[in-house]
Order: sequence, then structure tokens, then C-alpha cells
Amino acid sequence: MFSSRPQTWTTTTRTAGEPAPPVPSTAAPEAVRLSLYRRMVEMRGFEKRASELFLQGLVKGTSHLGLGQEAVAAAFGEAMRPDDYTFATYRGHNHTLARGVPMMPVMAELMGRESGLMAGKGGSMHLTSVQHGMMGSYAIIGAHLTIANGAAWSAKVRGTDQVTVCFFGDGATNIGAFHEALNLAAVWKLPVVFVCENNLWMEYTPIGSVTAVRQPAADRASAYNLPPALVDGNDADAMYAIATSSIAGARAGNGPSLIEALTYRHGGHSRADPAQYRSDAEVREWLERDPLSRYRLRLVAEGVSSEELVRIEAEAQSKIDEATAQAQASAEPPASLVEKDVFADGGATWRR
Amino acid sequence: MAEMTYRDAVAVAIAKEMERDPTVVFLGEDVGAAGGVFKASVGLLEKFGPERIVDTPIAEEAILGAAMGAAMTGLRPIAEIMFSDFLAVCWDLVANEIAKARYMTNGQVSLPLVIRTSNGAGVRFGAQHSQSVENWAMMIPGIKVVAPSMPRDVVGLLAAAVRDPDPVLFFEHKSLYATKGDVEEGEIIDELGRAALVRQGRDVTIVALAAMVPRALAAADVLATEGIDATVIDLRSLVPLDVTTIASSVVATGHLVTVEENPRLCGWGAEVASIVAEECLFDLDGPIVRVTTPHVPLPAAEALEDVAIPSPARVVEGVRRALG
Repeated sequence: MFSSRPQTWTTTTRTAGEPAPPVPSTAAPEAVRLSLYRRMVEMRGFEKRASELFLQGLVKGTSHLGLGQEAVAAAFGEAMRPDDYTFATYRGHNHTLARGVPMMPVMAELMGRESGLMAGKGGSMHLTSVQHGMMGSYAIIGAHLTIANGAAWSAKVRGTDQVTVCFFGDGATNIGAFHEALNLAAVWKLPVVFVCENNLWMEYTPIGSVTAVRQPAADRASAYNLPPALVDGNDADAMYAIATSSIAGARAGNGPSLIEALTYRHGGHSRADPAQYRSDAEVREWLERDPLSRYRLRLVAEGVSSEELVRIEAEAQSKIDEATAQAQASAEPPASLVEKDVFADGGATWRR
Repeated sequence: MAEMTYRDAVAVAIAKEMERDPTVVFLGEDVGAAGGVFKASVGLLEKFGPERIVDTPIAEEAILGAAMGAAMTGLRPIAEIMFSDFLAVCWDLVANEIAKARYMTNGQVSLPLVIRTSNGAGVRFGAQHSQSVENWAMMIPGIKVVAPSMPRDVVGLLAAAVRDPDPVLFFEHKSLYATKGDVEEGEIIDELGRAALVRQGRDVTIVALAAMVPRALAAADVLATEGIDATVIDLRSLVPLDVTTIASSVVATGHLVTVEENPRLCGWGAEVASIVAEECLFDLDGPIVRVTTPHVPLPAAEALEDVAIPSPARVVEGVRRALG
């Protein structure tokens, strides 16, 4: 029932227990690698804090954590130019932080405070910061791939060389919008990079059990005349390498690319999900391939001083503590916001 | 003053806006090389080139997604959805994404875009190519809803829609494309949300939209022979809704009849009736009457479609009921 495996592999995948791969010969400069590490540490700490705040009743509603998937967002955040565009999903905290959006307004948005990124009007699933090129987190599966095309098209028409990067999960590859978007991007040769974070689970269902091909994104690439690209999404160096090359290709006018990054979410789909459908062995296997601890080991093995890494970790922790305290201290949004900004005149008036 | 068809008015309006503003782009199925299936965009590709007049695959979500992403990053797209029935295929983009982006982002995102679509019955296309769905759009907070009844208004309202900072759903009535009307020379820019008083009378207020406007006027002519003097209001826009014009007319006449092509339940006339009942009840001298399509999918055969869609005769009958 599976199609043949992709012809070209950007990097091979490994099973649990295998040693960390050799450092790619094109390893990025140390400053970049330290920045990747810092980004991942901050994302990890932020998501853990968000989870704690939920348990304390300070974060309401739902949220979808990116614990375990940090390498993908960190690598693209590092590789993107400030004027490039990000389109992310409801699991978008990492991708938002990756664009340099400060932690405080993101934390405050999760907590429903007036100082939140959208003053509490969007919530966890809709994080947006246009000034940072973070063009939105979208909560209807697949739709934002078509919207990302629009931003890429606009850059092309306006004659800028901005690149659009669009993240989505494995589940999105089975909805119509994915296919409409990939086809249009290919036909119009748009400067857009589509990044599938394949975490093996479509909400509560194994992606393999509901998908006609083995690799939900990579095996579909040929349908849009794109080369398949399957990459270890838990390897920050490999992710950075492919982020850099795919963005450069888009910027040079070579059209879209489709990347499938293999990764794993440490927790459930959302707050409501204890993820008991996964076997202990599978979870254990993937925790051993955790992108953060793996990268730390590699950096130390490569000669980065532990003190440097400890310093980065401590700085991240104090940033998170500070953001939490500030968010918690801020006010709830005023009732006047309910009827604000439906229309461009700032209000909600539908009659005259 | 020049006489032109409703379909030519569409191309004229788009061309005027594209000449004025280089950020205006136009995309849709068959809109470029083919000039549109209703021939409403003939000549635009030749005039503006394939960078700005863009043919798309049959992929309505991709079309509206492209329009949205372009609008949030500096362009002013006009997207065509060939038949308004097809809005159901891409309603996620309309209802969940485009309409809500400004609100959800606390005003960070602005979407100056227009979705043009051919709406309504009269050409015997059956249940999936003839619906009037402007009431679907009216229910969604965050989009403006416009529907012109004559060539002049196509030009003035489309110009206003393109220049508007909010997303506008622009319903062109497919049975009106061949109709002709005078369009004055020079720039015409209407204000969205301003109804037109197309006939002034003392006895009853008839509120209509798009293809129902000429039918309401025809009914008014019949009523005049019976000594009933009707006001006919062409709403032109459902959002914003010109309550001021409706209410002041109802206060003067004491009677309200709405003429809608929507199926009965939750057609736009229900909202108008509800507002008038709430705000002008004591100015009314009789029941509000809604003349609508019955609550059915539309049939294809000429004889059946003509029965389903409000006719001048049904409007006349509705007015008689309203007047008691």
C-alpha cells in the first residue's frame, strides 16, 4: 500500500538507539549554532511554563504545545530575513517566538490579558505579529497554505525578494487546500517554502493509517513537480541547512519547495489530550531523539563550553520568569474591545 | 453620458481602478485570456498583462487564499468566484479567515480585497448555479456585502469596494449582465451603505436588491394603475445596511414590503423586517410582508424557475396584503 520511497533524501532518518549523526560537513558557524540552541531552550522553557500556567488555571481555553518540535521553528527563525513572512498553525508558539516576538505579549495572550499580542482577542491558536513578519497562526487545517501563497505572490508582484515560509502538520496533507495550494505555488513559481512537521499523529490517529502514501508530504511532492525532501526535524543542524537552502532557492526565483520534517510532539494534541494512544516504547524512543538534549550533547562534543550553554539556559529561564510575572500582573482586556476592530473604522457598525 | 451593459460596466470599473492604482490585481478562473465566462472582463488581460490579470486553476480556496495573503501584504486584489454557489467550496476562507483576520489580530491585519461573484437566478442553470447567497454573507461579521442593480451602480460601487479598506463581497446578478443603462462620464465613486430611492411614492415602501429592483419597479407601475403609489428602495448594500433610508420611508408610508431572491428562511428581508418591527412598529399601519423565493432549491426548467423567483405579479400581491 505504500508508494516507493522518495528518490532523493535530504538526510536519512534513524531509529531510536542509533548514535547521534555525524555533524554535517557544512555545519553552520558556532554563533549560529549557539543561536539555534538559545532559540530551542527558550521555546522549550516557554512551552513548559505555558503548561504549568494552564494547570494553575491561569491559561484558559486550549493550546497546542510545540514541545519536542523546536528544531524546525528555531532553524527557520534563524535562516529567515526580518522582512520574510511566516504562516503557522494553531501549534504556533514556537514559530512566533522564532520571529523575535517577545515572550511577554505571547504569554499574556495565552493568559487572556490586555497586554497580549492581540489584546486577548485571538488567543493561543491565532498568534500574529505583523511587525515581526509573523503573519498569523491559523486554526483551520490547510487554509493558511493558500494564504501563504498570496503573500508570496504579492512579494513577486511588488518586486521584492521576500520569502514566505508556511508550517503545517502531517494531518494537513490530506485536506484539499493543501493540494490546491501546492499546485498553485508550483504553477505560479511562488517564493514559498512549505514545511510539513510530521509528528506521526494526526490529532489522535496515526497519520500512516489515514494516508495513501508513506511520507505524507514528501511522497506528494512529485505530484507538483517538486523534489521530495525528507529531513530529520529533530536535528537542528540538518534543519538549518535545509532552511537556508530552501529559502535561498525561493529568493533566487526558483519557485516553491516542500519539506517534510520528521519530528514528534512530547505531549498530546492539545490540553484535553493525555495522548494515551501512544505506546510507552514509541514515546521513549522519541524522547531519546529529543532535539534539544541531542543538540546540547553535540555542541559539547564539538567543543562548545558547558559554561556557555549553562549561561544560555539561565538567561532563558530568567526571560521566561520575567515574561510570566509581567503577563500575570497585567490587566484583563476591557469590555470595549468586544466591538473593536471588526471593520477598518475601528468598530463593529454594520448599519447607518 | 454613455449607455453600456451591466457586464461592460464591470470591465470598465475594474479597468478604471487598475489604471488608478498599480496595486490592484485581478484573479480568477477564465478571467484573463477567455475574458470571463460572462464576458465581464473582456480586454483586461490585453490592457494590463498577465502579471495583474491572472488566470487560476479551478481551485476556489487557492483563489481566495491568494487574494487574502496578497491583501495583507500590500496589494488590493479583486478575486472572481465564477458562480456565487461556489462560495460554499471556499467558505472557510470567507467566513473563518478573511472576515475574522482584523478582529482576531486586534487590528494588525487589514484586508482591502473584493470578491466578485455572479449571483442569482433567471438563466435556468438549476440549483447549483442560480442561488442568491448574499444572505449567507450578511450573517458573517467582518465583511461588507454589496449588490448593484444597474450599470451605473456597478461602476460606482465597484470603485468604492476596491478602495474600501475592508473585504467586500460584490454580488453581480447574472440575469442583469445583458441589461443596459446610462453611465455618466468621469469618475463615479459611491459610498458603501447608501441605498438609492429609485421611485418615490406615498403609500408603501418596497425594499429590493439587485434583480429584484426592476421587478419591484415593474410592480410599482402596475400598482400605480390601481391608484397605489409605491416607494421603491434599491438597497445596493446589505452591509453596511442603510437603515436610515428604510426607516424614514416606512415612517412616511406606514407600510413595508421586502422583495428577496433568497429562499424564505433567514433571507435578508427577515433582518430588515426585524429592524423595522423593533424600531418603527408604531409607524406601521399594516403587517410587514416579505416576498421571497419559497424555501426550496431552485428548479432548472423555465416554467418552474419563473414560479420560484418573485415576479412583479407576486410583488403586487404582496403590496395588496400589506395594505390590507
